[in-house]
Amino acid sequence: MNKYIIVLATVFMPWLIFSQENVEGVVVENANPNLGLPGANVYWMNSQIGVVTDIDGKFSIPYKNEFNKLIISYVGFESDTLTINEPKIIKHALKASNTLNEVVVQQKRDAVQKSYFSSQNVVTVNSAELLKAACCNLSESFETNPSIDVNFSDALTGTKQIQMLGLTSPYLLITQENIPMVRGASQAFGLTFTPGTWVESIQITKGTGSVVNGYESISGQINAELVKPLTDNAVFVNGYLNENGRQEINAHFNKKLTNKWSSGLYVHANQRTQKEDDNEDGFLDAPLSNQINVMNRWQYQDAEKGWVSFFNIRFLNDEKQVGETNFNPDTDRVDLLSRNEGFTLSGDEVWGSEIDTRRFDTSLKLGYVVPELPYQSFGFQASYSKHMQDSYFGVRTYDINHESIYSNLIFNSILGDTRNKFKTGLTFAYDGYDEFVNTIDYSRVDRSVGAFFEYSYENLEKVSLTAGLRVDDHNSLGAFVTPRFHIRYTPWEHASLRGSFGRGKRAANIFAENQQLFASSREIVIKNSGGKIYGLDPEDAWNYGVSFLQGFNFFNRKGDITFDFYRTDFKNQIVVDWENPQEVSFYNLEGKSYANSFQVELNYEILPQLNVRTAYKYYDVSADYESGTLQKPLLAQNRFFANIGYETKPKENGAQWRFDYTLHRLGEKRLPDTSTNPEEYQLEEYSSPYNHMNAQITKVFSNVFEIYAGGENLSNVTQENPVLGADDPFGSNFDTTIVYAPIMGRMFYAGFRFKIN
Amino acid sequence: MKKELIAVFALLITTVSFAQEKNKKMKFDVNGKCAMCKERIEKAALNVKGVKYASWDIPTHQLSVILDERKTNPMKIKTAIVAVGHDTKELKATDEAYHSVHPCCLYRDDNSDDGATH
Repeated sequence: MNKYIIVLATVFMPWLIFSQENVEGVVVENANPNLGLPGANVYWMNSQIGVVTDIDGKFSIPYKNEFNKLIISYVGFESDTLTINEPKIIKHALKASNTLNEVVVQQKRDAVQKSYFSSQNVVTVNSAELLKAACCNLSESFETNPSIDVNFSDALTGTKQIQMLGLTSPYLLITQENIPMVRGASQAFGLTFTPGTWVESIQITKGTGSVVNGYESISGQINAELVKPLTDNAVFVNGYLNENGRQEINAHFNKKLTNKWSSGLYVHANQRTQKEDDNEDGFLDAPLSNQINVMNRWQYQDAEKGWVSFFNIRFLNDEKQVGETNFNPDTDRVDLLSRNEGFTLSGDEVWGSEIDTRRFDTSLKLGYVVPELPYQSFGFQASYSKHMQDSYFGVRTYDINHESIYSNLIFNSILGDTRNKFKTGLTFAYDGYDEFVNTIDYSRVDRSVGAFFEYSYENLEKVSLTAGLRVDDHNSLGAFVTPRFHIRYTPWEHASLRGSFGRGKRAANIFAENQQLFASSREIVIKNSGGKIYGLDPEDAWNYGVSFLQGFNFFNRKGDITFDFYRTDFKNQIVVDWENPQEVSFYNLEGKSYANSFQVELNYEILPQLNVRTAYKYYDVSADYESGTLQKPLLAQNRFFANIGYETKPKENGAQWRFDYTLHRLGEKRLPDTSTNPEEYQLEEYSSPYNHMNAQITKVFSNVFEIYAGGENLSNVTQENPVLGADDPFGSNFDTTIVYAPIMGRMFYAGFRFKIN
Repeated sequence: MKKELIAVFALLITTVSFAQEKNKKMKFDVNGKCAMCKERIEKAALNVKGVKYASWDIPTHQLSVILDERKTNPMKIKTAIVAVGHDTKELKATDEAYHSVHPCCLYRDDNSDDGATH
């Protein structure tokens, strides 16, 4: 019994001691006075002192002379204020109430958003920015963005090739809703297979990307988010026509089927039937083409249970014909005949080429956010694609079928609290290539499995960092580790200093990536080193970067300035050597190859509604070729960019005018060596600098209808002789690969957009 | 001896019944006005042991938290928030703490959402 008392005394002792300076008591419910209310607030009015009642509704709060109003409150109950002038014990009952307030506020977003807080250097381009040019497809969406350079890949197809940090698109990871998209066989034309109106926003990450999406990105990542059936317009129609005979039509139909299911059908068609040869070299300046592209999306959303899912299915047929204007594919095709025994060219042949692509792809995304824990989620992505390209270029045949399977499982959660987050998961990828150059079989299969872990820390103030690591086992690249690291530091207000480094590794698909070489008489040479990919080794590079962003407010208008410097250092690269005009050779790097890029960018709202964006870029991209250390050909070392945008204040029905003007100044470019050619086929060592200008006017009549008209290449600069040896296309000096300026002169276009919500 | 054990056991039970939700979700009002306030508020909340998630919404002034009820309670979070100068419905910051925030964050005179101009 004695011991019992001692135990009890020990339990109550602390309470007894405190009771002199504390107010103690119990809070109960009015309707049920015997039941304590746990979790009720008990606090002194206008003080910093408050407590919460325990599981039995009991509380103990320090008493101080300066406070005498004790407030007791609880969600769903009316608050009460008690006047208390001395420490004592109280019992208090709360009355239930029924008031709940909800507020919804929306804010306008900028067309281009730079992130001050993310540790990665990400720029988001939303649909307002995408409308600044009549971008018909993804490859044309970057004309108003200074981080990405757009070049023509060849003199025939008019295909635009993008570059970032001085490296061409194969070194970028291009994803569609985070699923790798433009890769393998679709590398050359893949960006033209996503119609511009399907794109909702684009995220551009400079430098090494995240480990979550794989090991392939080297100089950056571009992710395109597509429009969603739930949020896109119920009906959207866009038509486009230009003076060179390109016609495009886009139609979207979206329907919310139930509370949870929505579906969208997106149809795109484009064609050019008009033959254009303004430079009168006998070759088409742009291909005769037609494309049909149909996508069906399904969206499932159950916010209460935390499920989000997308299912896509897409079919594409794209046909292009290029070459001499009088080429008739039905009678003039010679590539197959030329394989026959004893075949000789008669000299009457007409040079032509056709590139036919069919593609089917389907993808599934499943996301589950634990409803009670917004920081914990699972994501699963799976995609399948089959890409079939049949093509010929004069006497060359190039056929590639690429079947690809990709799946990624991601788990997100926290360590302790949300300042320490992690992502982890598994990736499986399969790529089967059936590839034939003339009759040589280059087929291969790539298979890889990988696991990744990415930790991110954010102290919400000065520092955030992301450190990722992935381990992959690949049948041709071997087993390897990919580390990637990003850090951000805020030295003072509106400033952001970032640093990053990381590795990337990839198998170069030398033909698919350099398809323009087929439209030349260059002999293809692969300097086999016994590697597993075309006899070559995998490409392996490290990227390092620093970037500084400073936002400012000058004369009460916002602006920002960014400086960045990135370096890509190749441990191995498949060098594409164009320096001998008679051949193109591929070999493993021996020596050094690097790409340095420096950029300054300034954005400022000079006058109300008038925004100016300017940038200067300097590149130093050099590699050790067999013939010596050279700057990368066809790359402008100095580039200047300016974009001016003005828009009138929108009226209530959305009516407004929008004006946009873009200038690109491209410095001289080194041209591949042609000094061993006969004199009439020789080019200068460097091309001359030129200005490229685009402008567009949009008149929005209402939220339903708008029209736009614009012009490209307003300064009417064109390359004099884009097709080298055009007079003798089957001769040994024929070359369409040396393109350093636009082929087409000034061109005007017009179009409309019609939408119903 | 037996009774003693019972008493100790009874104590343990009380402690066990304190073992409330590990991931308790809550929302409450915190005064502030801008992105800097958001950082300060969320940081103060996350610095309270047992707080796993804190997100303050500028327009609605609502702080959403997820906390481990075994380790903390909302009043402890509010105590931490008023200590860095932000008023809650219940507790109010001292003048000293209030004036320690950046001048542009002084929300007591004008607590409209000016997140857009920051």
